[in-house]
Amino acid sequence: MSITSLKTGGTGLSLALDNNYMEPIATTVVGSTAVNSIIFNDIPQGYKHLQLRMFGRTTRGSGNDGANLRFNGDASASYSEHELKGSGTAVSVYGYASDVSAAHSVFATDGGYSASIFGAIVLDILDYSSINKYKTVRSLGGADNNGTGTVGGVYFDSSCWQNLTPITSIYINSPTGSNFVQYSRFSLYGIKG
Amino acid sequence: MAAKTGTYTLIASNTLNSSTTSVTFSSIPSTYTDLILVMNCWQPSSTGEIQIQFNGDTGTNYSYTRLEGNHNGAESLRSSNNTKLFVGALSTSSYPTVSTVHILDYANTTTYKSSLVRHNSLYSSNVFPINTGAIAGLWRSTSAITSMTIDQYNTGDGNFASGSTFKLYGIEAGNL
Repeated sequence: MSITSLKTGGTGLSLALDNNYMEPIATTVVGSTAVNSIIFNDIPQGYKHLQLRMFGRTTRGSGNDGANLRFNGDASASYSEHELKGSGTAVSVYGYASDVSAAHSVFATDGGYSASIFGAIVLDILDYSSINKYKTVRSLGGADNNGTGTVGGVYFDSSCWQNLTPITSIYINSPTGSNFVQYSRFSLYGIKG
Repeated sequence: MAAKTGTYTLIASNTLNSSTTSVTFSSIPSTYTDLILVMNCWQPSSTGEIQIQFNGDTGTNYSYTRLEGNHNGAESLRSSNNTKLFVGALSTSSYPTVSTVHILDYANTTTYKSSLVRHNSLYSSNVFPINTGAIAGLWRSTSAITSMTIDQYNTGDGNFASGSTFKLYGIEAGNL
């Protein structure tokens, strides 16, 4: 599923923000047919930061899932990540220096969670249009399964896309290759600064 | 289709003029996609835990997973089948707790309601339950959230101190 922004550059920005410093860029809700990926194209460059608000569940048969991000179609090993996780029973950490995408957690799964439960991730991409900085991403994510099984958790994730190019597109898929199910939602916002 | 203007709209705000046991936001419009509750609050004389109940649901329909830490270390806990949702530790004596609660897709009538909480509380002696942390919360109801009541769990004098602030914001999604 590919989404193209309705806004194009600075001339598309609303002038009536007042206290509303966040501006919706585009959103998609998965319909009755599960989808393997989401793409935000033509991201306008007139904001300071971006925020992705995601509400997700996948077709994975067990465990947790999440959102893998790639920027501008870059599938090279140019992403690094740190993770601090609370599973409900233990605290753990994770990280890697170079990978082909940046994984952020957590989404619920058809096989691991009770029905009607979705995970949530609020993710910030700071200085996304800078040509002088690598792109830093931070997120808070979580899902709870009412104490059933070993799934669920609350996650602090941070990642870095080691590239000086402004972000113009974001590709999102599941780290496990599963599909996003109906009612999963991906909303992109621009934050003025 | 016209592009949407800015979002993060203040729906309601409450700054306490006196010690109060609970704060309620009612008649929450369903026109937004997400809600964000921002609290800056403390107890007059002791510490406590902040909790939320939605739509007056007093059933055991709330659960959460916590990740938190203070000078004593870090831990992760989970709690299920509760009558309210824990959303942060509450400090005292003018050491405000800041708790931000994100409730995504609060108005949909198909899924349960998931929330993300980021909370920070400080106190000079760093006693329990004072800490910093995050919470993944769940209200097992497919009803749209139309009201929320914020109070405290089982501690201290049970009041939010005068000067505590509670602000509820709505976030609209972009065009489909």
